[in-house]
Amino acid sequence: MIAQDTLTTEEMAEIDHEIALVPVRRAAAIEALKIVQQHRGWISDDSLQAIADYLEISPEELDSVATFYNLVFRRPVGRNIILLCDSISCYVMGYEKIYVQLRERLGIGFGQTTADGRFTLLPNACLGTCDHAPALMINNELFRNVTEHDLEEILDRYH
Amino acid sequence: MTWKKYWTDTTDDMERPLTEHISFDRPCYNLRDYEMNGGYQALRKALTLSPENITNIVQASDLKGRGGAGFNTGMKWSFVPMNGDYPVKYLIANADEMEPGTFKDRMLMEGNPHQLIEGMIISAFAIQANISYIFLRWAYKKAGRLLKHAMDEAYAAGYLGKNILGTGYNLEMYLHTGVGRYICGEETALLNALEGKRATPRAKPPFPQVSGLFGKPTIVNNVETLCNIPHIINNGPEWFKSLGKGNDAGTKIYGVSGRVKKPGLWELPMGVSMRELIEDCAGGMANGYGFRGALPGGASTDFLVKEHLDISLDFKSVAVAGSRLGTGTMIILDDHTCPVGFVHNLEHFFAQESCGWCTPCREGLPWTEKILLSIERGEGKPEDLNLLETHTRFLGPGNTFCALAPGAMEPLQSALKYFREDFERHIDQKKCPWR
Repeated sequence: MIAQDTLTTEEMAEIDHEIALVPVRRAAAIEALKIVQQHRGWISDDSLQAIADYLEISPEELDSVATFYNLVFRRPVGRNIILLCDSISCYVMGYEKIYVQLRERLGIGFGQTTADGRFTLLPNACLGTCDHAPALMINNELFRNVTEHDLEEILDRYH
Repeated sequence: MTWKKYWTDTTDDMERPLTEHISFDRPCYNLRDYEMNGGYQALRKALTLSPENITNIVQASDLKGRGGAGFNTGMKWSFVPMNGDYPVKYLIANADEMEPGTFKDRMLMEGNPHQLIEGMIISAFAIQANISYIFLRWAYKKAGRLLKHAMDEAYAAGYLGKNILGTGYNLEMYLHTGVGRYICGEETALLNALEGKRATPRAKPPFPQVSGLFGKPTIVNNVETLCNIPHIINNGPEWFKSLGKGNDAGTKIYGVSGRVKKPGLWELPMGVSMRELIEDCAGGMANGYGFRGALPGGASTDFLVKEHLDISLDFKSVAVAGSRLGTGTMIILDDHTCPVGFVHNLEHFFAQESCGWCTPCREGLPWTEKILLSIERGEGKPEDLNLLETHTRFLGPGNTFCALAPGAMEPLQSALKYFREDFERHIDQKKCPWR
């Protein structure tokens, strides 16, 4: 199969940097997926094929890695990704209320993206800030002790 | 900030080596601040000792792994071959903190990144490893930034890289950020993740100490474990033992989350009681909430209840009470929270995070979750409780490839024991009494 897509010079340079740190080429697989996702937002079948070719492994093998990890996206995602902690301390402290509010406000449930591509909403295992539950992350930013009142203001920061 | 020390007992002279230089009212120490407060003195001392001597000191201190297993750290190191046949060895800091209800390593890394780095260099020297990794959880963005900066400072100052402090010892350090799976915290699964593979656990033996990352001798230690190393080298094993109150040596970062007045983290002598932790540190239950039980060390530990409030939180005492100290970060079950819903939430997590490698875990955990959900929704049948109990045996120790499923069964088996009436009320009333 011939790749429909190729890696950019920049992506290849970043992957080369990771390959240099490991004894075998394929050991850079996770880093390569992260790099391409950073540039493209998600890992399409064509992107997957291009990375696999570059690492000299089969696309099936790379896909087994890509689909194993929670934060490698094999489907398109929105411009902003909301990760709502649904683990035990946040459960006790009422994350479900935040979820209901997010569903009503954005019209999407877990695993869905708003029609305008602004937000993707995902459940997330424990964010490790349990003394400030409930917690959520949007992109790289952590929000703690989230109340239904805060939520509107938090969402307004993302476009 | 709840990370300040709320300890108000007659312990003003109490030593808190791990958090002495941590304050969230100011930025964390940079290299110069850290050095002015005694930083990297332990490394200077360690480099004058033989690697075997360091391992012996750590073994004699009785430091036990703070990631949950509680194995003697020095003994773990002593299994690494030291005869010169292995030119490549690895030291890895397990910073993939993902046990639900656990948030202590985040505090240590955000609070004093150089402490971890110094502990890692000494530990790597003890096993004569020349490459080290910090396997960091992706969600810990701030810790990642601070660690990267601290590593750059340590390289520039000659604490990392070639010929460290003129001793001829070389050590490279890399920061690896994961892409999220609970099983990466299992040390052999972590090795597969670092090799760019699916993070499924490996068969043991061979143990990683002999054949680990890329088949080379490897030590994987928890962040809190490694942060203790500089203090043990500075002050000696007898000092470290004297810090503990009961059966175990040293201090421990304990945590409490849930419906208490002041959730947070505290560095306390190993072996404080649950009552001291909940009442003195966390300020007791929040107004209007009563205590029903707690998971003492993260999601994969058995419930302890009121009759256990006075036991010491050390590895042995908690085991005698039928649970595990685990990570030492406690999750409280209050009397306004449905125990069935609580356990369903835990089993949902474990079912989702099962790596799928072995059948009992891959198939058994989703069934467990489904049965619990049907009980929670009022669709449970009386025989479901026996079925759940059967699962706690089928998925228990010895029947699965790694410790994930047995860990998942711990809160379930103890909930069936201590909160059985709550399960039965759901089935009798055909609804959740809390909703």
